[in-house]
Amino acid sequence: MENHSNHIEEPRDDYAAKLGMWLFIFTELLLFGGLFLVYSIFRFKFPTQFHQAALELNVTIGAINTVILLVSSMTVAMSLAALQKNNKKLAKILLLITVFCALLFLVNKYFEWGVKFNEGLYPGSDLMLQLEHGSLLYFSLYFFMTGLHALHIIIGMIILLVAYFKINSGKVNIGKYALLENGALYWHLVDLIWIFLFPLLYLIS
Amino acid sequence: MANNIESTDYVSYLDYQGKHKGIFAWILATDHKRIGLLYMYAIASFFFIGAILGLLMRIELIAPGETIMKPQTYNGIFTVHGIIMIFMVVIPGLSVVFGNLFMPILIGARDVAFPRLNLFSWWIYILGCIMAVSSQFLRQGPPDTGWTFYAPYSISTGTNVIMATAAAFVLGFSSILTGLNFIVTIHRMRAPGMGYFRMPLFVWSLYATAWIQLLATPIVGITLLMLIAERVFNIGFFDPALGGDPVLFQHLFWIYSHPAVYIMILPAMGVITEIIPTFSQRKVYGYKAVAFSSLAIAGVGFLVWGHHMFTSGMSNTALWFFSLLTFIVAVPSAIKVFNWIATMYKGSIDLKPPMLYALSFIFLFMIGGLSGLVLGSLATDVHVHDTSFVVAHFHYIVFGGMGFAFFAAIHYWLPKIYGRMYNFKWANISWAIIFVGFNVLYFPLFIIGMQGMPRRYYDYLPQFQTGHVISTIGAFMLIIGFIMMVINLINGARNGAKAPANPWNGNTLEWKIPSPPPHENFDQIPVITEDPYNYL
Amino acid sequence: MHKDSTHISEYKTLGIVLLILLFLTFTTIEVTSFHLMAATVLVALIIAGVKGYIVLTYFMHLKYEGILLRVLVGAVFLLYAVIVTITFFDYLYR
Repeated sequence: MENHSNHIEEPRDDYAAKLGMWLFIFTELLLFGGLFLVYSIFRFKFPTQFHQAALELNVTIGAINTVILLVSSMTVAMSLAALQKNNKKLAKILLLITVFCALLFLVNKYFEWGVKFNEGLYPGSDLMLQLEHGSLLYFSLYFFMTGLHALHIIIGMIILLVAYFKINSGKVNIGKYALLENGALYWHLVDLIWIFLFPLLYLIS
Repeated sequence: MANNIESTDYVSYLDYQGKHKGIFAWILATDHKRIGLLYMYAIASFFFIGAILGLLMRIELIAPGETIMKPQTYNGIFTVHGIIMIFMVVIPGLSVVFGNLFMPILIGARDVAFPRLNLFSWWIYILGCIMAVSSQFLRQGPPDTGWTFYAPYSISTGTNVIMATAAAFVLGFSSILTGLNFIVTIHRMRAPGMGYFRMPLFVWSLYATAWIQLLATPIVGITLLMLIAERVFNIGFFDPALGGDPVLFQHLFWIYSHPAVYIMILPAMGVITEIIPTFSQRKVYGYKAVAFSSLAIAGVGFLVWGHHMFTSGMSNTALWFFSLLTFIVAVPSAIKVFNWIATMYKGSIDLKPPMLYALSFIFLFMIGGLSGLVLGSLATDVHVHDTSFVVAHFHYIVFGGMGFAFFAAIHYWLPKIYGRMYNFKWANISWAIIFVGFNVLYFPLFIIGMQGMPRRYYDYLPQFQTGHVISTIGAFMLIIGFIMMVINLINGARNGAKAPANPWNGNTLEWKIPSPPPHENFDQIPVITEDPYNYL
Repeated sequence: MHKDSTHISEYKTLGIVLLILLFLTFTTIEVTSFHLMAATVLVALIIAGVKGYIVLTYFMHLKYEGILLRVLVGAVFLLYAVIVTITFFDYLYR
């Protein structure tokens, strides 16, 4: 026999959801923070080899990827503004542009890594293990940090796509937009991490 | 207040029937009280397994040389004993059991901020436990690195390190989500009139703990991922042969694992801060000092991790910095002890079982804490690092501290949880046996540690045997007392006399609703007009 | 306890923020191509810090949030900076 007919419904608390997403963002910052700490220690120990190894990276592709992510950050912020102004169509278009930018970023990364793999440079490869210590550590950090970042790009894309479909169906709208707002926050975090990754990995020559 | 606390015509959370039936009504429950019980049963089971493993170690150590097991087995056992006790029992511990059971009630809420996330936390906790257990039985054999997984041995050993560290990662994720949930709950769901300084101090301790769970855990998360990548890809971070630094692993590991011990002890101190005023019938002395000391312990606790690494080869600068901060972090803990004693002064002390456990907590925690000063002081640490002295220290703090607080909490809140009372005489007798057994088990380890008995050693010089024999006798006493305690509690929960809503004359909100609590805690959300410990 | 009024960003503001971020990106690339030796890291990190601050303030809306979130974000960055500093007490002076 069910006796939950007197269930007391709590009013929705969007600020709680936002606070929750910010708290989750803190954990992500500290997760990558651990890697940045390892980077800073080994860069301190092997400054010349880090400098040398960084020459192997293509600054142009890195810069293009940086631009792509910055643009995508703007488009997702605009998407939220559009939804808040009840412009459902514009919100959807901007969201799709954001996701498309993410895809571009991943394609670039795929080619970047592909070049390295073709040269025999990948985690655990013979070539890698024969490098000088500092260079080995640099490339280990490069693959680990950009790989973990790419995983977060994929997660962000999924969240934004879910938001897209919910805007489409009307479940996310001008009166109920926490999913888009918090998804956008997550996306900005992904951008924020790259803002630090780019100069530290690509621009230390 | 509209809640009729002695009424019998309400649906308790134990009897409530929602849309799920049978076992699904529990494992798919989003009710914080049911989730609290799910955690409690899991944790109690794993504690028992961990205790048996400890007992096996004590039997092995009763004589030098091989007694009941081979050396490799011994290494596997102390590793899994640590993994179970630390990651599956004491870190989740009081937060997920009593925090889930009571925190929403204590702030006048119906549930936590994200009930489904709360259930998800439990599920990934269980997943992590399954992974940890499976690391014992997979083909490569149980990990033999110690629960600390130090590099470079953790990189080179052939045992199931990857499964065990992946398990710890998953358990950490559960911990993060619980911390997140509790922080948002405390910020957003307090009842009208309950300002931050009218919250019970147990809630303050859960709040401080939640921040540590949230901020510290990701660092061990990434460290364990790095360790797995080392084993699989030889990324070189911790491998000296590739240019890495094993001490870096220690830094990263302890940056989490030191704050983790405050995850263990802060809620324990919070429980004691609830029990002492109730059984002294006096309000807490220095409420704000106790509240802020919880935050101070959490904050300063992030800055002392190097005291686990004094002999690892760190710079002199690091050595004195960590030693200094370690002494500083003892101050807020001492503040709490003074406040507990001051609360009892001129109080009407009632030595019921919860109070017995609370008082013995103070005694055992102080011994453990004072021995920590020996360890925090550089010169003496060199002498006792990696000896039984350390083992005694952390068992006094963690088991004598957090463990006894857990026992205190269950004796305090069992009548509320199940609506029934246990037998006091048997509670007192089992307390006595546990207390004596505990000291007989652990105190000798201080002595033989100072005399040079190393920790994690399977074999030892004959001069240490007397201490080991006494210690093993204590282990048997302790486990007998523990079994008696559990039987008494289970008996009470099932067949005990019906408990009133407020058996201890407490003043916090859980005592103002029926025992067991109704499904949604309050008929009407209360409006708070007084401080929580309004006895005098 | 928190602001009830929801601030909606203007498209124009967001566009200007992007332009500033792009400008700072190109600045970083230019500056790091000079041979500033040890100072290169510092300059790159400072500019990245400014970019991060702008993303947090405008894109992530912190400028329009209540004091709680701003304090928390600051505290987390501060905690991280302290942890890195203390770790370097070891590595710098070995």
